[in-house]
Amino acid sequence: MLAEALFFSAVLFTIGVVGVLTRRNAIIVFMCVELMLNAVNLSFVAFSQVYGVAGQVFVFFVMTVAAAEAAVGLAIIIALFRHRQTVNLQNINLLKG
Amino acid sequence: MLPASFALLQEAAGVAHPLAGTAARWMWALPLLPLLGFVINGALSIVSAYHAGPADPGAHPHDAHPSVEERHEAHTGHDVTGGGAHGDDHHVVVRHRFAGLATIIGPGVMVLAFGLAVAIFAAMRGAGDAALHTPFVQRYFEWMPVGDLRIDAAFQLDQLSMVMILVITGVGMLIHLFSVGYMQDDPSYPRYFAYLNLFVAFMLVLVMGASYPVMFVGWEGVGLCSYLLIGFWYLDKANADAGKKAFIMNRIGDFGFLVAMFMLYANIGTLEFEGVRAQATALGPSVVTWICLFFFLGCTGKSAQIPLYTWLPDAMAGPTPVSALIHAATMVTAGVYLIARSNFLFSLSPVASLTVVVIGALTAIFAASIGLKQWDIKKVLAYSTVSQLGYMFIGVGSGAYVSGVFHLVTHAFFKALLFLGSGSVIFAMHRAYHATHSAEDAQDMRNMGGLRRYMPWTFWLMLAATLAIAGFPPFAGFFSKDAILGTVFLRARESTLADAHWLGIPGNIILYACYVLGLAAAFMTAVYMTRMLIYTFLGPNRSGERERDFLGEAPWIMTGPLLVLGVLSVAGGWLNLPESIPIGRVGLLEHWLDPVVGESTLRITHGAAVEASSTIEYSLIGAAVLIALAGIVVAWVMLRPERLVPKREARQEEGFERVLANKYYVDEIYDDAVVQPTVGVSRNLLWEGIDQGLIDNVMVKYIGTGVPRLFGWLGSQLQSGQVGTYAWVLVVGVLFVLGAFTIR
Repeated sequence: MLAEALFFSAVLFTIGVVGVLTRRNAIIVFMCVELMLNAVNLSFVAFSQVYGVAGQVFVFFVMTVAAAEAAVGLAIIIALFRHRQTVNLQNINLLKG
Repeated sequence: MLPASFALLQEAAGVAHPLAGTAARWMWALPLLPLLGFVINGALSIVSAYHAGPADPGAHPHDAHPSVEERHEAHTGHDVTGGGAHGDDHHVVVRHRFAGLATIIGPGVMVLAFGLAVAIFAAMRGAGDAALHTPFVQRYFEWMPVGDLRIDAAFQLDQLSMVMILVITGVGMLIHLFSVGYMQDDPSYPRYFAYLNLFVAFMLVLVMGASYPVMFVGWEGVGLCSYLLIGFWYLDKANADAGKKAFIMNRIGDFGFLVAMFMLYANIGTLEFEGVRAQATALGPSVVTWICLFFFLGCTGKSAQIPLYTWLPDAMAGPTPVSALIHAATMVTAGVYLIARSNFLFSLSPVASLTVVVIGALTAIFAASIGLKQWDIKKVLAYSTVSQLGYMFIGVGSGAYVSGVFHLVTHAFFKALLFLGSGSVIFAMHRAYHATHSAEDAQDMRNMGGLRRYMPWTFWLMLAATLAIAGFPPFAGFFSKDAILGTVFLRARESTLADAHWLGIPGNIILYACYVLGLAAAFMTAVYMTRMLIYTFLGPNRSGERERDFLGEAPWIMTGPLLVLGVLSVAGGWLNLPESIPIGRVGLLEHWLDPVVGESTLRITHGAAVEASSTIEYSLIGAAVLIALAGIVVAWVMLRPERLVPKREARQEEGFERVLANKYYVDEIYDDAVVQPTVGVSRNLLWEGIDQGLIDNVMVKYIGTGVPRLFGWLGSQLQSGQVGTYAWVLVVGVLFVLGAFTIR
């Protein structure tokens, strides 16, 4: 049971990573980050079946942080869109030296 | 404050030297007195420079609207030798406002120093010869404690340094007094005495140092003062250049001195005279030779020997009393003193000693021949000094340390007299030309003539000095020169030098050759000195109609010291009479210096005093006297002062005379062979090639600015601003770290 859950978690995490690396739409990248967070949540829940409830407590923390992060992240994306009329990351290079 | 701590140091060292309780304990005051004079006079000079008064350079209320004549004088008043008694030609002479104070302090400290020197001398005489086999050393503080090397600031008093101290303070005092008159109208009067005092202080450090490094301090210090005083009238570029020339040529010699010190330390680990003396025999023969040769390189610079002599004639650009004190009587004899002081080294190396003799003999004859055709009165004396220094080196080189030092002393007397006498003549000539606004050369003998009528005292004193330097009996130079030539002849007969080979030539042949060269130089000396006397003082006067009225004897403050030096020049020979001429106590100086140089002299003569048969001795003396007489007679018969014309009408010399008048073109040869290549290499390679080309362009402009810019460009390319790129870098980094942990 644990092995299947961890395998599934790893698949989810990898999909998230690949999504972050390859997609250009900021909202999709953002969703991929959420996917990675939830992959980790799945691992925590699976481990808590074996090692005790501490994992489940962590999951609640992660969900709280993810909710806050979603609020802030979406706000940034909206502000960015208002400014640039686009959410395509290739057109956004404010950090260029 | 100082004396108490000195006394404590002495007691702590447990020194029980016979001189410990006598006046010799004050010997530290000898250099300090002139140093004090330097500080005060220097302060006066600085103060007057900041509050410009009427007598200061740079403030010329009277010269605001110079007349035509004054302008003419200002532009042409100086020839290239920078002669004349005054730096810049003030039309209205105003004495420096601190002149009175400087007059009291400058010569005053010298009188005190000489008094102290006499007191110390009396103490040494009182202690007795037997008690003074070791020098009296005073240690003041640890100067350079570096690893195994420990150099103390220490002075040493022994018979040799005592002789030098008496000459320096005695002759120095007389020259200071003379300067009061000679420099009276100079706008930089206190500065002059400041430098002169400083010179005496350093010269005393040179002769009193107990180790080579302390001596080297004085050695460099007198070089500095020489530079400052040659370029004393620095507004004239020729004078400043002459100062630089002297300084730079002395640096070449100082390199030798330094290398010799390094070799001494590397081989025996001490630099104190007594330590070196004790361990000198432990040195290998080739090491000793090299050390001696490097020391002698230092001597050739400081004492103006071939090949480094050319700075001394140029040094005549300084005030004439400076030429007398520094470039005749004291500083230039430092090399002779160095060899006499290092007798324990030189006596171990016949090859180095022969080198000294050969260089000395060559210099003696070479400079004497140049002196034959010089017209500048000071140039004649300058080449004469070079020549006489050559004699001294013949003496100390052939192991006749006493004769060398003896000639040093008598030469200090008569050459100081000659220079001061010429200074007196130049003073009178300059005054006359100044009064008539003439721009003629006050130092050229063609402009003189017949001065005997106008300055009889100077004439008779100069005559005495001329006879002394020509080696005419019984004047001082006769005894000292005869002692040197006689010793060389005896050394050629039997000594370690005669047994040695120099560049494959047997030593005795070299010594005989040097004896002949010495005799020839003596002949030339008699000729050129008589020539100088005839052209300056005899025959018709050529200075000009109007100037004649202004010619006259210098003030007594100048003639007085001349008189004292005149007496010394006549009687100086009695310091060291040879046994063959017992007209007084025989061999005083020889006996006096025996504790210092006796052992080394015996080493050179195979451990036995070489006694010459009286026939040889008298024929040697006879030859010397005949040579001197012949020179005087030849000059008297051949030279016709009536035929001379003033400098502005004179024709160029022809043939060999022109070569002599141009000093064998040595300056030109040095210029082409050394100076111009050096300047060329410095300009084209070092300056334009390395400094401007390599460093400024390649290093700074290309590498210095290009390389940082390249790295900056590379770094900026990483910052694309694309979030995706940063994410890739992050993921690759995480995978790398995880991979590293997993694999481990």
